[in-house]
Amino acid sequence: MRVFINGESKELSGAPSLAELITQLDLPAARIAVELNRVVVRRSEWSDTVLHEDDRVEIVHFVGGGFGSCAN
Amino acid sequence: MSTAVTATSSRDSLIIAGRKFSSRLIIGTGKYRSFDQMRSAHDASGAEMVTVAVRRVPLDRSSESFLDYLNPALQILPNTAGCYTADDAVRTARLAREALETDFVKLEVIGDQTTLFPDNEQTLEAARVLVKEGFVVLPYFTDDLIMAKKLLDVGCAAIMPLAAPIGSGLGVQNPANLRIMREQLPDATIIVDAGVGTASDAAIAMELGADGVLMNTAIAEAQDPAKMATAMKLAIEAGRLAYLAGRMPKRLYASASSPVQGVIR
Repeated sequence: MRVFINGESKELSGAPSLAELITQLDLPAARIAVELNRVVVRRSEWSDTVLHEDDRVEIVHFVGGGFGSCAN
Repeated sequence: MSTAVTATSSRDSLIIAGRKFSSRLIIGTGKYRSFDQMRSAHDASGAEMVTVAVRRVPLDRSSESFLDYLNPALQILPNTAGCYTADDAVRTARLAREALETDFVKLEVIGDQTTLFPDNEQTLEAARVLVKEGFVVLPYFTDDLIMAKKLLDVGCAAIMPLAAPIGSGLGVQNPANLRIMREQLPDATIIVDAGVGTASDAAIAMELGADGVLMNTAIAEAQDPAKMATAMKLAIEAGRLAYLAGRMPKRLYASASSPVQGVIR
C-alpha cells in the first residue's frame, strides 16, 4: 500500500495504524505531532487511526528557529 | 542600583493572556553554532520564553529532540516561521499545539522571500481562525497602526510589529510608527519582533514604549552570544525604565542646568 509521509512516497505492508507507523519509522513519540490528510490526529487517536491507500501523513517536530526560513 | 532595578522589574511584569513574565525579552533558537552556546545565551538573557520552529521530522535518520537542549523552565512559543499562506500557518499552529500542549503561537506568514516581510492579509486571516480555536496569537506584522488595530480586533493577545527586516540587524527603522502605535493603542501589548541588531536597538524599542522585544539573530550571530544576551537583558531593562521615567523634551538650543545667579565676575 502506498502512502505519502512528509511528501515522500512509501510502500507499507498491510494497513498499519498511525501508532504502528511511528514505531516502524523509529520515531520518538514525545513532542511530535501528526497530521493525516491535513487534519491533526491527536496522540490518543493514533492507535485507532488506520492508514489507507494514498493517505498523506505529515509528522513534525521542533527545530531551532526564530523567524523566516532560517531553521536547520 | 542593581537592587533598585530588580525591584522595579519585579513589579513591572509583562503579562500575555494571563501569564506573567518578569523578563521582557523573548528569544529565538536558530543560528547558534552549538546547542551549548544556545543554552548559555538563553541563561544569560534571563528570557522566560523562547520561540521554536515546526518542521517535518527527517525519516532517513534518527534525530535527537532539539527541545531536550532547552531549559525546561522556559515557556516555549512555537512559531509558524516559513509559512507563506494562512492555511499553512493554521495547520502548523495546530500541529504545534498538539505536540507541545501550549496555546501560545507566534504567527508568521511571510509574503516575500527576499525581504521576509509579512503578508499582513494572510496573517489577519490566520489570526482570525486561530483565535476562534482558542490560541493565544502573537502575530508578526508590518509596523502599521491600522493593521495593529485589525489584529487586536480579531482577538490577538499581543501584536508584534517588525523593527526592520528579519535578520537584518538594522534596528528600529521607523520610530515614529512605533510611537504612534504606543500612543494610539495604550492598552495593547506591543512586542517588537525582528530587526534588532545590538543592545541600543533594543533599548530604543523599549524607550518608544514597546512592552517587549523578540530577537534571534542579534544574539545568535554575535561573536559572543552569551555576552550579547546579557547586553540585551540590560538594554531592555534600561529602555523600559527610561520609558517609565518619561524622558525630557528635546530642545534645539542649550538649557543651562546650573543657576544663573551667583556666578563670580
